[in-house]
Amino acid sequence: MSSNLLSGAKILLECLSRENVEVIFGYPGGVTLPLYDALFDHPIRHVLVRHEQNAAFAAQGFARVTGKVGVCCATSGPGATNLVTGLVDAMMDSIPIVAITGQVSTKLMGSDAFQEADTFGITRSATKHNYLVKNINDLPNAIHEAFYIAASGRPGPVLVDITKDVLQGQAHYAPVSEIHLPGYKVYGGGHSGQIRRAAQMIWEAERPFVYAGGGIVAAESSAGLRTLVETVDAPAVCTLMGLGALPSEHPNFISMPGMHGSYAANMGMTHTDLIIALGVRFDDRVTGRLAAFAPHAKVIHVDVDPAEISKNRHADLPIVGDLKKVLPRLNAEIAELAPSMRARNSAARHAWWKQIRQWKEENPLVAEISKTEIKPQHLMSEIDRLSGGQAVVTSDVGQHQMWSAQFIRFNEPRLWINSGGLGSMGFGLPAAIGAQFARPDKLVFSIVGDGGFQMSIPELATIANHALPIKIIVMNNGYLGMVRQWQELFYNNRLSEVQLSTFPDPEKLAGAYGFKGSTVEDVNDLRRALEAAVAEPGPYLLNVKVTPLENVFPMVPAGGAINEMVLRPPQPVEV
Amino acid sequence: MQQIISLLMENKPGALMRVTGLLSQRGYNIESLTVARTLDPTLSRMTITVDVDPNSRAQVIKQMNKLINVLQAVDVTEGSVLNREMVLLRVRTPQATRTSILKEAEIFHARVVDSTIEGFALEVTGHPEKLDEFIDVMRSYGDIEVTRSGMVSMSLESKKLRLSPPVPAAGTMEEDLELQEAE
Repeated sequence: MSSNLLSGAKILLECLSRENVEVIFGYPGGVTLPLYDALFDHPIRHVLVRHEQNAAFAAQGFARVTGKVGVCCATSGPGATNLVTGLVDAMMDSIPIVAITGQVSTKLMGSDAFQEADTFGITRSATKHNYLVKNINDLPNAIHEAFYIAASGRPGPVLVDITKDVLQGQAHYAPVSEIHLPGYKVYGGGHSGQIRRAAQMIWEAERPFVYAGGGIVAAESSAGLRTLVETVDAPAVCTLMGLGALPSEHPNFISMPGMHGSYAANMGMTHTDLIIALGVRFDDRVTGRLAAFAPHAKVIHVDVDPAEISKNRHADLPIVGDLKKVLPRLNAEIAELAPSMRARNSAARHAWWKQIRQWKEENPLVAEISKTEIKPQHLMSEIDRLSGGQAVVTSDVGQHQMWSAQFIRFNEPRLWINSGGLGSMGFGLPAAIGAQFARPDKLVFSIVGDGGFQMSIPELATIANHALPIKIIVMNNGYLGMVRQWQELFYNNRLSEVQLSTFPDPEKLAGAYGFKGSTVEDVNDLRRALEAAVAEPGPYLLNVKVTPLENVFPMVPAGGAINEMVLRPPQPVEV
Repeated sequence: MQQIISLLMENKPGALMRVTGLLSQRGYNIESLTVARTLDPTLSRMTITVDVDPNSRAQVIKQMNKLINVLQAVDVTEGSVLNREMVLLRVRTPQATRTSILKEAEIFHARVVDSTIEGFALEVTGHPEKLDEFIDVMRSYGDIEVTRSGMVSMSLESKKLRLSPPVPAAGTMEEDLELQEAE
């Protein structure tokens, strides 16, 4: 027998090794038995999560922190269907992950076999692309194509569904040397003429405004963004997905725009005459009412995905390309024009900055501090103090996510890990697992609400198993806070099914898993409690009881224009 | 108004589902769909007639072009394009009207493919609107049964097909290539 006759499971692991996979987040089952047998003595590390959804979230945490492809694995049927939320989440936020799922044997497919589900059909719209492998000879190509598709162009999730007979079968393995996907277009450095025109437009603008998003992070082009912003001295906002693309402490950084963005960011966006949109998708949470969004602005839109151009907002100057390649070219053109153009609108630009500073001063984002209770904004600013713009912070979705985005600085990309597009509760904790595996050297905070935390409690076991020193900070207001906020503001304060009256004792809960936990209620103990959590060498669960009825402001009501912000809670009227 | 989309795609399982999925997930109803392999048996040509919101048409084409299995998606609703459809039609008719039916069939360039005491089976191709008229005419002679093929389209303007070249797979090093050669 030839030496390279291998089982499908071994071929799969060989392909994963060639893709430099270090860790797989997964959960075994019936049809993946051959794979788990091959994993038993294989150098690739497998992390056993406690629910498949969290395998996908952990793989995302890994991918978001490193920029590499994250890998998760599940068995057929319920294992695969449990992955779906994590796949859609990765799709919405353009995160490169590869999901490997087992499928029942080819001869059983379509017979309603035990643990059979149409994974290929179910995940069609949940992935950038997916594969069903029924022939062992197709396996190596499918795996390498999956990694290539996940990581290139606009990144995203790719699923490979592999039948049990393929995993069990034997074949001569020959490494794949090239990938041929004739219909898959990956865009490069952009159109030279368009780039030149963009540079011209940028210098001609009187009130330029940079709108940078997750595309900057995905393309590892923070340096290019910084050069652009500094050369033309333009104010810049980073979206929820782009926080850290420009350091939060950079003098040109305004903050996040949109529904819970700052006053200055939204006013800037409304009054600019040129939006320089880089790796963004004009999401409804950023634009508010589209018809009223940036009414005076021309738009330069750079994106690697041509379908994003003019999808929501017409692009006056579109550039389809990879920011990593486009930005240096654009910056070169900008630099070339600088000597002749810099002085041109200097008075107008000076006035623009003056206006922006005035907006910042009029309504700054300041964390209110109470003497009697822990305001959630206060909690975030204390975490910010401990992080110093350097820690990894993961979050779920909701009020705690918005306050984190408002008050925690991120001085590098890939530190702020949250479920932006899909808004999945339960994301933060498993994402922190992936992040901590990727960066054992980093301080990782997992800031979650009392709702989302209870969706991912099983993963405390994974954290305990691997003694991951994650600092789990539960912002506990006893409510599904964001839903409650909307019920208060838009549904006559009829608080329907949003009260979370039961929460496990954190000391006992963490103790049951063998690590430390506590509750802090007194505002005077907050700082000490956070410092103790950070000082703990292992994991720590800190339950922080915050003002229950606090709302996130500024807020753009649904359907409103972004300059029509509600800046603060309505004050009680004296009668 | 109906949008007509012509797609060139890889002849692979699931490729059709990806295309129709893009339409169904937006709630668009497919009026007709034809698909068959091309001269190159690894590729298929598909023509879809679909009721798409006019503001979303460009977006739908872009999304189709993003599909890995789609080599090219083109909107052929307007411009220089040939649109044809085929109809198979059975008409039950009394003896008296048989000759008139044959005359009508001739006007529409329909061919008789089966003739029985009860009536005829006819085959006709043409522009879909012409076929609507043909069906109306035949209905006036008696009970009919109809099967339509759905529209097939061909653009008369040549659109340049841009295909991506192969890329090296991960971990491909010279030693691997040597290993393959040695086999």
